[in-house]
Amino acid sequence: MSRRIQQGGRLIDRAQRESFAFNGRQMSGFAGDTLASALLANDQMMMGRSFKYHRPRGPVASGAEEPNALVGLSAGARFEPNQRTTTTEIYTGLTARSQNHWPSLDYDIGALNGFLSPFLPAGFYYKTFMHPRPLWKALFEPVIRHSAGLGKAPTEGDADRYEHFYFFADVMIVGGGIAGLQAALAAGRAGAKVLLIEQTAHWGGRAPVDGVMIGGKPADEWIAATLDTLNAMDNVTLRSRTMGAGVYDHGYALAYERCEDAVPQARGPRHRLWRVRAGQIITATGAIERPLSFPGNDVPGVMLASAVRDYLVNWAVAVGKRTVIVTNNDDAYRTAIALHDAGEAVPVIVDARPDAKGPLPERARALGIRIEQGCGLSGVKGGKRVTGAQICRQSGAGAVIEEVPCDAIAMSGGWSPVVHLWSHCGGKLTWDDAQAHFRPDPSRPPIGHDGAGFVIAAGSANGEMLAGACLQDGDAAGKAAIKALGLKAKGGAIAQAEAEGEHPMMPVWLMPADATPELKMKIFLDYQNDVKLSDVQLAAREGYESVEHTKRYTTLGMATDQGKLSNINGLAALSQALGADIPDVGTTTFRPPYTPISIGSIAGEARGPIFQPIRQTPMHAWHSENGADFEPVGQWRRPYCYLRDGETRADAVTREVRNTRQAVGLLDASTLGKLVVKGPDAGKLLDLVYTNMMSTLKPGNCRYGLMCNDNGFLIDDGVVARIDDQTFLCHTTTGGAERIHAHLEEWLQTEWWDMQAYVANLTEQYAQIAVVGPKARTVLEKLGGMDVGRDTLPFMGWAEGELAGIPARVYRISFSGELSFEVAVPASRGQEFWNKCLAAGAEFGIMPYGTEALHVLRAEKGFIMIGDETDGTVIPQDLGLNWAISKKKDDFIGKRAQQRSHMTDPNRWKLVGLETLDGTPLEDGAYAIAEGTNANGQRKTQGRVTSTYYSPTLDRGIAMGLVLNGPDRMGEVLEFTRTDRPPQHARIVDAVFYDKEGEKQNV
Amino acid sequence: MARRRYSVFALAREALRYHAGWERAWNSPAPKSRYDVIIIGAGGHGLATAYYLGKNFGITNVAVLEKGWLGGGNTGRNTTIIRSNYLQDPSAAIYEKARSLYETMSQDLNMNVMFSPRGVIMLAQTEHEVRGYQRTAHANSLQGVQTEFISPARVKQLVPIMNIDGPRYPVLGGLWQERGGTARHDAVAWGYARACSGMGMDIIQQCEVTGIRREGGKVTGVTTTRGDIGCSKLGIVVAGHSGVMAEKAGFRLPIESLALQALVSEPIKPCMDVVVMANTVHGYMSQSDKGEMVIGGGTDGFNNYTQRGSFHHIEETLRALVETFPVISRLKMLRQWGGIVDMTGDRSPIISKTPLGGCFVNCGWGTGGFKAIPGSGWAMAELIAKGEPGPLAAEFGLNRFAEGRFIDESVAAGVAH
Amino acid sequence: MLILRCPYCGVSGEETEFHAGGEAHLKRFGPGSSDAEFEAYLFQRENPKGVHFERWRHVNGCGKWFHAARCTATLEVFGTYPAQSTEPPADLRKAISAKRPGWKWREFS
Repeated sequence: MSRRIQQGGRLIDRAQRESFAFNGRQMSGFAGDTLASALLANDQMMMGRSFKYHRPRGPVASGAEEPNALVGLSAGARFEPNQRTTTTEIYTGLTARSQNHWPSLDYDIGALNGFLSPFLPAGFYYKTFMHPRPLWKALFEPVIRHSAGLGKAPTEGDADRYEHFYFFADVMIVGGGIAGLQAALAAGRAGAKVLLIEQTAHWGGRAPVDGVMIGGKPADEWIAATLDTLNAMDNVTLRSRTMGAGVYDHGYALAYERCEDAVPQARGPRHRLWRVRAGQIITATGAIERPLSFPGNDVPGVMLASAVRDYLVNWAVAVGKRTVIVTNNDDAYRTAIALHDAGEAVPVIVDARPDAKGPLPERARALGIRIEQGCGLSGVKGGKRVTGAQICRQSGAGAVIEEVPCDAIAMSGGWSPVVHLWSHCGGKLTWDDAQAHFRPDPSRPPIGHDGAGFVIAAGSANGEMLAGACLQDGDAAGKAAIKALGLKAKGGAIAQAEAEGEHPMMPVWLMPADATPELKMKIFLDYQNDVKLSDVQLAAREGYESVEHTKRYTTLGMATDQGKLSNINGLAALSQALGADIPDVGTTTFRPPYTPISIGSIAGEARGPIFQPIRQTPMHAWHSENGADFEPVGQWRRPYCYLRDGETRADAVTREVRNTRQAVGLLDASTLGKLVVKGPDAGKLLDLVYTNMMSTLKPGNCRYGLMCNDNGFLIDDGVVARIDDQTFLCHTTTGGAERIHAHLEEWLQTEWWDMQAYVANLTEQYAQIAVVGPKARTVLEKLGGMDVGRDTLPFMGWAEGELAGIPARVYRISFSGELSFEVAVPASRGQEFWNKCLAAGAEFGIMPYGTEALHVLRAEKGFIMIGDETDGTVIPQDLGLNWAISKKKDDFIGKRAQQRSHMTDPNRWKLVGLETLDGTPLEDGAYAIAEGTNANGQRKTQGRVTSTYYSPTLDRGIAMGLVLNGPDRMGEVLEFTRTDRPPQHARIVDAVFYDKEGEKQNV
Repeated sequence: MARRRYSVFALAREALRYHAGWERAWNSPAPKSRYDVIIIGAGGHGLATAYYLGKNFGITNVAVLEKGWLGGGNTGRNTTIIRSNYLQDPSAAIYEKARSLYETMSQDLNMNVMFSPRGVIMLAQTEHEVRGYQRTAHANSLQGVQTEFISPARVKQLVPIMNIDGPRYPVLGGLWQERGGTARHDAVAWGYARACSGMGMDIIQQCEVTGIRREGGKVTGVTTTRGDIGCSKLGIVVAGHSGVMAEKAGFRLPIESLALQALVSEPIKPCMDVVVMANTVHGYMSQSDKGEMVIGGGTDGFNNYTQRGSFHHIEETLRALVETFPVISRLKMLRQWGGIVDMTGDRSPIISKTPLGGCFVNCGWGTGGFKAIPGSGWAMAELIAKGEPGPLAAEFGLNRFAEGRFIDESVAAGVAH
Repeated sequence: MLILRCPYCGVSGEETEFHAGGEAHLKRFGPGSSDAEFEAYLFQRENPKGVHFERWRHVNGCGKWFHAARCTATLEVFGTYPAQSTEPPADLRKAISAKRPGWKWREFS
């Protein structure tokens, strides 16, 4: 059984008990426990079920690499699936549930898959479930989906908050083990701005667990002293519980701080995502032990030797009463010795090497621990818990020599440097034959913006597996970073570390070496995804020879641990199957993040109302208080209509349109773009960006203009007012202000940079209010201050002055066909002017109207709307706007494009009005049907609706559309598509439905 | 040459002998000195081209050359969405052809590609988008593509985890294609490769084309890292690297290569049964059969061949999706990656003859190529076999850029994935 | 996540401060040009895997357009210079030659 022992436990505080619940059972542990250590202390070895075969699984590791022991944490709006018990710190009130089983962890129906496993090898689903075809969607797929998937989905939104944090560092060091600490010392002493992060809650990494002595004292003392030194440096920032998640181009890095995971319900963000720019990044990320590939290596109780040692030394948990060690290297002997020193039984060390003679094996021998050399395991007894180990010759086929009763097995297949962060941004690896692992190739680092490397690996992440070398390497990395930054390294002694030397390990990729096919089907490579050695061999046999093919075919390394334990063993198995060398087979690509990070932390603060900025006009508050039903238009909110009691949206729009036509309406047009173009060449520039001639416009006058892109398509329209000889005010559409400003800047700066013209976007400097309708002039006259009479301010003229004491520029322009004045006042006085208009207009029945009434009013007059009549494929000629295209100009943006064969094709669809025969409106986006089908069997079309409305003025449906030869087909009746109903008939008519002579706007 | 069939019976038989009897899914021969047709690029589009050359035209003296491993490019990097609810006629035709071929692909190829017609919703979150998707639904009704514009309530019914009343962009409706869905991307490449191999074609991996041999304005073969290989006709199907290959053939393409990113969450039990695309906020999401939430976003704006993108795009995508799907906030991002996509001037693909005789190009699928694979291969095979485009490819020629005859899909949707 | 230096305001900024604007040194063809010239101007792009001259705008900064020479295979930035240039500066071309011998870009190399 696994249990807490009486002595030791460097990370736990025995004075502080924490109680938590696992699968509804109350348990307790100590402050400093991880959920895994606390569960083990309560003899809860089995913590989950695997993905495919639902096999019982316990923890195999003690840290971020854990593939098995995943649980669902908390509940409701704080539920989180797939959380690793090995990295979850416990606290009182924590609740956890194991995953992927039904009805319970102990008795799981899904485990039947295990009995079927001979029929379910890698990729079995590619070879079956094909007949009969409908069953895939109806039966096979739902069954597969439900049996896959690990944890449950959250069912509520997230109660916690997250934040982003920006940090600029000269040197960022990832990993707070002794190499990282030493690197921080070296870089910090030189005066560089240093950020040192550590993913766990504790500094020092493995050195204290391994019993390393530094400067003659236990490593813990050196670590504490070094932290004191670093904390005293103003230029050094340290953060624990902060993982280096990813390294990106040009020294960008992400760090993931788990602020409140250990103390939920505390104030503050749950996670903080650090967005770091670093001159140099040192990856001192350590190394991860590899499992050994022997039959039964997934039974709960089989663990990495380092994890067994961690649980013992850090948390005073013995994972078994009798622990068999199986290894191919010296390091695992440390676990045997630690267990022995703690009074735990180690019946045998099974060493695959023919002879184990290093200092560590000798010490174990001296302690009286039995060592079997040249041996391996060919089986593990027990289902939900190890009950025995079967020893065999490593060189044979697996004949059992001896069965040793035990309840835990500690395995070590050697160590692999954590090269993820080195590799994220293109750092290359080299194969180290002696240590049988990939390590960073310092000659091929990730390349920064200047073409030089910006990542340096240090310590065991760099393949330096002994403590002394780690310190030296950390120091060298810190100094190399300083040099790369152009700073000068300062001296400072490096402490000497002492630990036993190690004799060479022996690569063992299969145990026993000639395992039978039957045994190979019991050897697990990827625990979570249940990928077995036989699966990799099958993939190779079937031609999935690339490591990427094998990964994808077998799902090796695709689980939530992303192959931290399985990749090298899987790669070795593939190499052996192919008869190739491991480095020739290569690795899969390392991608961020190092371990999974919460989506909430990536989204950050910008949630709910502050998800994206909202732009409001000066009158926004008034609109809100007066029934406005807003619609998003770009980042603006504009009133779609103003709802009165009991009204539908359609009612409101009808009322607003009629009132504007019959009395007077008020429109908040402040969102329209207002660009000032100024300078001696302003007219020349505008002649190039508008299709019409603007340089001839007289000061005091307005002109409607069209803008195209150089591909010929219409991109914006609006009224241009000439303010003075060198100044034009260009109105754009609401969505166009920033876009068109950028368009003008682009041409000015990159093509016509010799022109003397300047563009400023004054959109938000003015509130613009349209007073529209037969009574519009009366309202303005009542406000007083300016002569807005027909002759002094004619149609398409503008004037400046004061209205009701407010400075105003009045444009006599109309987008409705009515008598209309658009009045621009300083933004700060917009609300005041709006109120005065309402007050003055009250006796004339003034009412505000929204964007939908605006659309209806303009459609009744046949005015086009950018975004309705245009969609990025329409040229002005399609819209009958040839009158606005100057023939006199040599050039304007879009002119050459409009000369191409498809643009001059007489069969382009052209704008017309459409009137339904039955009076009901056409549907939005309806197409005009033509006879027959095209070569692809699609029904031919001859036009489409671009805008369609119910016209309150005409009390019928009106529409505009683009129709093949439309203007030549007046009076013809076309069939338009309708949803789920027979086509609707509409007659081609003039697009101007109302006041064709334009008398209303010209009074 | 014929491959032994995959079936539940074959699985049972092999289970009794430790699966020792499975044969290679495809052969890996050394290149011959000459083929009738060489296809450069063993991704989905290249392999599908080869497959339909054999199946539809009986042309089987074909080699497919791949510089890396088959299916190792964008075929294995995309978010596997299949739909055909396009606005313009030429697009709707080829994507619907592709979608219909996906329906029976598992049976045709005798490999389960797990086509899952679970339905695709494109959310309308502005009035403008509402009108755009209504227009698409009308167009689709005449194009033989089954779609409908659905209400917010129906959206919520199809995707219960969606927040349709978001404060910033409430859901105003959606364009629903019930027969859209997803498929297992790798299996598509593997299935075509296996079927091509079964017809006697050579799929030659680790064979990089270093030059294109020409004589008198006609292609005569290629030079490769595995020697010179002759051919009568050449198809270039190398998404992402089309411009680089065109340069070797002596012409240029209206193409730019950009990085497109995607990511997956950790696997969870089924919680979303359809594919959702939200173009206003640039995010789309589906749940794989393994349980991962598969998420895609937009492209970087700059030319890039690194298969890595900029992280702020991931942030923007996830921020938008958390607004729309609040439950994903506490899921974790498992892995992010990038692919190189080639974008044309109108964001629609090119299936075309080229200035070089006998040389044909299929490229420019941008961010949405996976869904097109079978239709693209079908049309490309016809183009190569006949030397002239059939109706599916007719509108996708290179000449459209000079004529100003664009196929612009951005009209209805901001992005086209 | 690129870092670029704006040659106008001198700021070395995050990629998010800038907006990419495609290939640089395109010659605009207008009325009077041939169909082929006009198509090439609008659509034909070098798109190399390697040295690329491109346009950027310091959109969340000084607002100025500038040019960058960048490697599309490694993302190394060789240098930036004002947009009001008809060709890359000689010293930049020399610096690129030192790092990428034999590079080609239209008529400059």
